[in-house]
Order: sequence, then C-alpha cells, then structure tokens
Amino acid sequence: MSKSYTPGLKILENASIKKKRILPLAGELHVEKDDLVKSNQIVASAKIPGNVQMINISNELNIDPNQLVDCMLCKVDQEVKKGEVIARSKGLFGFFRSEVKSPMDGILINMSDITGQIIISEKPIPIEVDAYIDGKVQEIYKKEGVLISAYGVLIQGIIGVGGEKKGKLKIIENISDLDKIDSNSDIVAVIKSFLDYELYKKINKLGLKGIICGGIDYESLTKILGYPLGVAITGSEDVTTVVVTEGFGNISMSDRTFQLLEKYKNSYCSINGATQIRAGVMRPEVIINLDFNEKNINDNKDESLILVGSKVRIIRDPFFGLIGNVSALPPELVKMKTETMVRAAEVTLEDGTKKIIPRANLEVILSD
Amino acid sequence: MNKNLKDIKVILATDCGSTTTKAILIEFINNEYRLTFRGEAPTTVEAPFEDVTCGVINAIIELEELSGRKILIDDRIISPRNGNTGVDLYISTSSAGGGLQMMVGGVVKNMTGESAQRAALGAGSIVMDIIASNDGRKYHEKVQKIRQLRPDMILLSGGVDGGTKSHVVELAEVIKTANPNPRLGNNFKIPIIYAGNKDAINDIDKRLGDTTDLKIVDNIRPTLDKENLKPSRDKIHDLFMEHVMAQAPGYNKLLTWTDHPIIPTPGAVGEIIKKIAENENISVVGVDIGGATTDVFSVFNKKFNRTVSANYGMSYSICNVLAETGIENISRWVSSEIDEKDLTNRIANKMIRPTTIPQTLEELIIEQSIAREALRLSFIQHKEFAVSLKGVQQERTISDTFDQTMSGETLVNMNELNMIVGSGGVLSHAPRREQAYRMLVDAFLPEGITQIAVDSIFMMPQLGVLSEVHEKAAVEVFNKDCLVRLGTCIAPIGTGNIDDDILEFSFEIKDKEIKGVLKFGEILLVEADYTQVKTKLIMKNNYTINGLNKFEGKIFGGEVGIMLDGRGRSFDFSVYNKDSVKNWSIQTNEYPLK
Repeated sequence: MSKSYTPGLKILENASIKKKRILPLAGELHVEKDDLVKSNQIVASAKIPGNVQMINISNELNIDPNQLVDCMLCKVDQEVKKGEVIARSKGLFGFFRSEVKSPMDGILINMSDITGQIIISEKPIPIEVDAYIDGKVQEIYKKEGVLISAYGVLIQGIIGVGGEKKGKLKIIENISDLDKIDSNSDIVAVIKSFLDYELYKKINKLGLKGIICGGIDYESLTKILGYPLGVAITGSEDVTTVVVTEGFGNISMSDRTFQLLEKYKNSYCSINGATQIRAGVMRPEVIINLDFNEKNINDNKDESLILVGSKVRIIRDPFFGLIGNVSALPPELVKMKTETMVRAAEVTLEDGTKKIIPRANLEVILSD
Repeated sequence: MNKNLKDIKVILATDCGSTTTKAILIEFINNEYRLTFRGEAPTTVEAPFEDVTCGVINAIIELEELSGRKILIDDRIISPRNGNTGVDLYISTSSAGGGLQMMVGGVVKNMTGESAQRAALGAGSIVMDIIASNDGRKYHEKVQKIRQLRPDMILLSGGVDGGTKSHVVELAEVIKTANPNPRLGNNFKIPIIYAGNKDAINDIDKRLGDTTDLKIVDNIRPTLDKENLKPSRDKIHDLFMEHVMAQAPGYNKLLTWTDHPIIPTPGAVGEIIKKIAENENISVVGVDIGGATTDVFSVFNKKFNRTVSANYGMSYSICNVLAETGIENISRWVSSEIDEKDLTNRIANKMIRPTTIPQTLEELIIEQSIAREALRLSFIQHKEFAVSLKGVQQERTISDTFDQTMSGETLVNMNELNMIVGSGGVLSHAPRREQAYRMLVDAFLPEGITQIAVDSIFMMPQLGVLSEVHEKAAVEVFNKDCLVRLGTCIAPIGTGNIDDDILEFSFEIKDKEIKGVLKFGEILLVEADYTQVKTKLIMKNNYTINGLNKFEGKIFGGEVGIMLDGRGRSFDFSVYNKDSVKNWSIQTNEYPLK
C-alpha cells in the first residue's frame, strides 16, 4: 500500500533529542565524546575571517602592477599595523619616493602582480557555539562540531522568528500577568491564544527571552519584523524569539501542546524560532530537558504516516485547525467542491462528526 | 547508457520537485509510446526522512498500485522488464533541496556577467548573485556576499580572448579571499568554472587552483559579438551531478538507480520548449510554475532564453508574490469581496504548509489569482532579461534609419509570439482546462493570434530528460499525452470604451458558420476542437490584429476553444470592476456556478 507522509509536528513528552552543534567553518572543539554538557557550555569555536580592504598600490605609487612585489615592504601573511608604511616606490635616483601606509590593523593576505592590488584582512572574528541543551556529547565531527543527545520534552512549532534562547516557562493568561514580571528576566512566555502586535510589543519591551503562542496574524508578523516575510526562512532576526505552534490567524494552541507546557511551567527550556521550510526543513522548537528514561522514548519515524487511527490536525480551510482521528482511508479518488479528484481521508472530529478531507490537508500530530 | 533503444518498451521517469515527487510510466503499446500511469508522493529530501529515495519509492508504489506492474523489489527498481514486472529504463530530474544554486561573475555586469547568467540559467540553475567589476559594490562587500550566500558553484567569466586580464583576475582574487564553503558539505572544495579570457587562464589557476575545484572551459564571450554558452552549460551539468547531487540526501543511492545522469528540472523543461519551437518552427513562450520558483522560457528567432524567478512560486515563495504584487492585485482577480487580513493569513498558511491543496471553490479561486500574479511578475522579469547581446557595435545602413533596434533590447515580441505553453501544478492540475487557459492569457496578455497549450499532467520535466535518451518515445508521448492544445487566443491591439465594437468574427466549425461581434471589455469563448478553423476577422474602431485591420486564414481550436479577448491591449485593469471579473469567468466557463 502506498504511504502518505505528512509534515507532522512533534509534540512529545518523552523524546530522544539529538542536536548537531556545527560551526560555520572549520574550528576547534572544546569537549570530548561522552562528556556531559550544560546548555550554556561552549562546545566549539572558530575564527571567521575578518573584513578585508583592498588597496591599489600600483595606482598609489604610480607603478606597473608587475613592479608591485619589489615595492612591498611586507610579505603575504605578515601582520601590519595601522599607519605602518607597507609599500614604497623606488623613486628617481632614490628621490621623490612615494609611500603607502596601512589603513588598518590586520594581515596582508594577497598581492597581485596583475591588478597591482593588495588585500589586508582585519583580525579574525571569534565565534562560539554552545551546547544549546543539557546533554551528552554523542558524536564528534572533527573540526566541525558535535552531536548532543538528550532526553525530554520536544514541541515543534509551525513557524517562528528569532534565534536560540533559554529561559523559564511562564504561562501568561492575562496581559496583566506581565506586570508581575521583572524586566529582562530569563522567561519564555506561553500564550495559549493568539499573539497580537500590542502584546508582542509589551513582551519585547519587558525584555523577556521568548514567546510561545498558538497563532499570529501575518500582518502582526510583518510589524514585528519590519518587513513582510517572503519565504519561511527565519532565525537570524533581531527580535524576541517567537514560536507559533498552529499557524497564521486567530488560532489557539492545541490543548495537547498547552497542557504539556503547563505541566512543565517554571521549567528551564531552550527555544529556537529558526524555521526553514525549504531545503532541509527546520521547524521552530521548544525543548525541556528531563531525566533520561529510555523505556519511554518515542522516536518512531513512521508515525508521520497517515494511517487509520492517526491523530490529525486539519491544516486548510474550511476546517482549519480542527483535530480528529482518521477513521477511514478510501482507496478511490474523491471529488472535491473544486472539482479536483484527490486522495482523501475520512476524519472523525472531536465532536464526533465525520469529514472528508484531502490527505494533503492533514498533519499527523506526533504525540505520546 | 548501454541499452539498445529498440529493447526499451517500458520506461519509468521521476521528477523530484521541491514539494512533490512525480512518477510516470510510459509503455510501448500498439507500436507507439504512450503515457499509461502517473503517481506522486511528497518529496522526502528533507528532515525527518532526509532521503530523496523515500519519496521516489512512494510515488512508484502508487504507480504499481494503479498499473498492476511490479516495479520495486526490496526498495530497488527491477530492470530489465520481464512480462508485467520491472522496467527497461529509469530516468529522473530533480529540483529538490533547493535545486542548483550558483553565483556568476563577469567583468561588466550587463555583458559578460549577463552571458554567464544566461549560461547558468540555461543549465537549470538559480542565480543567487552576479558579481562584477562594475557592480558598484566595494571589494569587501563582494567578499562578504560570497561568504554569506554559499553557492553550490561559481561560474567566472570576463574579458574577450586576448583582451585585458586584470579585471577578471581581480574577480578571481575576490573569490580566493572569500574562500567560500559550498552550501552542501563542508569537506570539499567549491567548484569554480572559469569561462573567461583565455590569456588569463594561468593567472586564474595560480589564484584558485589550490583552494578550489577549478575547471577551465572555453570563453563564454570570446568576442564582443559572440556568445558561447554551451561549454559552460555542459560543465555546470557535470558538476551538478558530481558535487551537488552527490551531497544531497539520498541522491547517491538514486544515482545508482538511474540509467542516465539526473538533470536539474528546469534544464529538462527548457529542452522540451526548444524542441517545440524547433519542430513547429514557431516562437514559443513556456512557463513552469513551481512551489518555490517560476521558470520562464522563450524562443524568438531561434534564440533560446530562460529565466528563473527564484522568489515567485505557489507554496514556499507564495508570500513573496504577495509582498511584491500587493494584496489589491491578487484580490482584483476574485469576483467576491474578501477580507484582506483573512486573505493574507490564508496565503501565509500556504507558505508554511506548502503541500496543502484547496478544498473549497473560494480557496481555488484565490490560489489561481495568486498564480496569475506570479506568472505576470515572472514574465516581466523574463522580458527584461531576454535581450539581444549588449555591447555589440551595430552596423547600420540607410535602410535601418527607421529601425531603431538597439543592442540590449528585449527579444520577446508579443506580436510575433505563436504559442504559450504552461506547466506546473497550478496549471496542469487545474480542475478545468478553462482555468489554465485563463491564467495563462491573463498573466501573459498575448497580442494578436496566439495558441495556448498546457502540460496535461505536469510531465514536461520527465520528457525533457527522456528526449536526451530516447527521443522517439519523448516526442510520441509529448504529442499524444503531454501537450494539451487548449485553443487559440485572439487579442486585438487597441483600447476604447466599454461596449465599443472591436471586431466582427466568423468561424467555420464543422461545416457551420459561427458569427458574432466582440465588444470592448468582454471575453468570448467559441468551442472548436483541435483542427484548423477557417477564420475571418474584420476590425472596427481602429483596432488591429497583427498590425492589420482584417484577418483571413486558418487558426487552431483546441480542448477549450477559441478565446476572443476584448479587454484591450494594452490591458488596463482600472477600467474594470468585480462584475467584469465575474462576467469573464462566466463567459469562459471557468468555475462551476454556485
């Protein structure tokens, strides 16, 4: 039988979590295999090449490019200081010599006898990668990074903005709850319903670490970002991190997700708004570390298959957001109101009514 | 491929798209190749599966169920065929995982830079950026851009043979300084194709030979008036296979299954469009509207051009279409009033759940309205790019005094256009062919007399690659099962007032004469099968058709028929309202009546 895979989102209390912590370019690792690490611990670091500046020595000294090497006073890979004379022309009988001084501190990385130019690079910029979650170093990727394995709650959202943050989960039932929170607290606010721009502004002003909410208007997201989101590739925005669990519109968080977050309120969590729907799907996430318990681990990849009995969420109008169980998978194609013939599923909603929905419009809820 | 073409009777072809993997089965029946079955499944190049072959297998399983032919055993394709088991040939195209993403470089942005862009686009790539000596950016900005974009490969051109070397060498130095990591796989050197001034080869090698995987091909612009794209395109294809595909999840496995190298989807569609133009000796505009990108192809005066609008698509990039065109331009195509906030949320939900399909008529109408805008915007980009070579000194004689064509002018001449061919899910899978017809006419606004056709079930990519392996099979399936001739659109040039007479028409269809008058502001549809229809058009009120005030000749009908578009060229939407949109829809039998 053919299988229908759906873009299922994980809502797991007992998940085996693996996180690759990879440097953007080769660098140094600071942990070893099997080390236990804390979420804030630096596991790898590297130096990104600094900004470069090109100087046309040939023009400055009024020489041919092929005379460049003879006029240079320093060599490739040599450190230079701002104001240091780095090139000097031979002049006429030793007189009328011209000089070029380095405009910055850096390293001479290239001289070209074709273009007559040199390139000075600023000192490399150090970057560090932390463990993001508490866990164990399961694998080492030489000079590249590590794989951290952990155990705990894993909730995937559908869209987010902003990068990795860590903080304590706090349920916000009324806007007035925010008045009781100190500014710049390490807190991730959980809002069961819908995040509007006014509420976001208040949380942002308060300096909280992040927001987990059910829905958001596209218009509000545009205001948060300062521009309309064209493709769902996010994570580098300089905003309060937001994880949206259901989608765009006035939608509340599913009960299952909210109950799980409520159960672990006041727990320390790691969140990431980074979303990449194309080329290596990445969904925003909330991770809460728990003690390791192998017996309960739920890590079944095949659960994203739609089967009779699967718990699903309808992800397109006219029943957008409703949750139910697949009660039948008719093999024949079904004609929709649009006149399109589609593979469909019969879904029994929570109120007992049955609906015929295109399989493409269902999302399996991966929960345990 | 070491197979005897005569022995190939059953062909399996897949296209791994960014959203969906499509599989088709072609069989040799009654002395001809025909499409027999089609299956599809979500593409699985991404997490949690991260193996493109899962989606391929699922699409094939659907084919097996529909055809009764056993194709797989232990997740392997059975080949050769034995009775009702296995296939003789398996081929595939791919745009999954972001397709092929390149940067190109040229000394002068709108000369060698554009030639390099044309070569990359023609090979099926998305061009992320063009770096050029005159692009206005500072040295360090270019370096930063290369580091940030992490292309799959870079095509570097610049300088005519024997010309100055210093600018192209400087670009090589920019690349060397950036020392970019390829997008996929940190552990191999980035491929650089050098297609510039041959005198600079040693200098380029000295700068990039050690740190990159440098390949040298013939100059893309050996002289100012000559463009030599083929060597670069071929090398891009080779490197796409060796580097990009080999790094993408599951492709190593898929490569061992296919009997012919996997080629990027847009490259394959381009091959088909070129063949249509060549075989019928006509000018063609083709479009493939996907989830992430929209590719437009054109052949005018035997000159092929392809553009990729990387930001316009029907799922992943749907919000870019919204951002670019604005909500008003989308809602103008919908005859009912829609709440703007609700509409933007619906569009945004499609972006984050790209595989969903419209279940209600209203949703379908909205999706097709967005498609019109995505197609329209992509065609504008294409017209701006498909131009004659820039920088060419033109010799003029006295007879050219009134012919003010310049180098760099668009090659897309709507009056000379003979056919528009549409492909892609939203066009091929539109429940009514009338909808695809309308989307193409509304977006491309053909002028004069233009045939409109659509890819029946979205299989042009597979046929494109098949045409490289087994041309006979590809041509037979293309003509009989793929290309659906929808009809001919007649769009007179001129504008006027609502209800003014535009033309009197008369068609001889099945020995009956159908006569009438087309008025300004309306669209009429005349049913006529795909046969030649004797046609007479007498223009009124200074309207013209092909520059004349009357037309007598034969045009083709099609599955939908002859569409008389009286909305004026140029088309000014501000003249119309929601009732006009509703009437156009009713006149063309576009949607089921509520």
